[in-house]
Amino acid sequence: MATVLDVLSWIMLLGGGGFVLVGGIGILRLPDLYTRMHAASLTDTLGTLLILGGIMLQAGLTLASIKLVAIAIFLLLTGPTATYALANAALMSGMYPKDTKLPEDMPS
Amino acid sequence: MFLAASLAIFLTMALALARALVGPSVYDRVLAVNMFGTKTVLLLSVVAFLYGRPDFLDLALAYALINFIGVLAVLHFFENRHGSDTHNAEDK
Repeated sequence: MATVLDVLSWIMLLGGGGFVLVGGIGILRLPDLYTRMHAASLTDTLGTLLILGGIMLQAGLTLASIKLVAIAIFLLLTGPTATYALANAALMSGMYPKDTKLPEDMPS
Repeated sequence: MFLAASLAIFLTMALALARALVGPSVYDRVLAVNMFGTKTVLLLSVVAFLYGRPDFLDLALAYALINFIGVLAVLHFFENRHGSDTHNAEDK
């Protein structure tokens, strides 16, 4: 049983590290602010869940696990909120996605 | 295994810092700094178990909150600076 949990947590940690790394490459390589935002928010949710879940499997039912749950809840609440606020601020300042056709009544 | 995850997070932080340095607009920089902050939280959690010191989780918890408030404050500042007429205080 302990071996199964170990292997599972290793897979989750490695998968989370891979997702985080892909998001990091994406934030450097993608062409546009909004596509970069997409890459960054991917690491905020999936990478966070996988890495914190992998640590949680190693920690077991302790106080550290409860703190990890709290960290995961905070990150899952604040990450999308910060991304939304950033997209809203960028759009309101007149920065549009590349190659989009704007509707007529779009505020400029 | 904690070491591999922490190295991946560390590399990602370096990439985000590079984007924060070259980013053409101010929003690119804010995005990169936000990502840097969340990756710091993850790195603190992983390092807490890498070195067997679960006290670091408290720091990660505090850093998550401070990072979020900081990003919102910076966004509010720049929103007011570049804001257009259609965007006023009532939809904050």
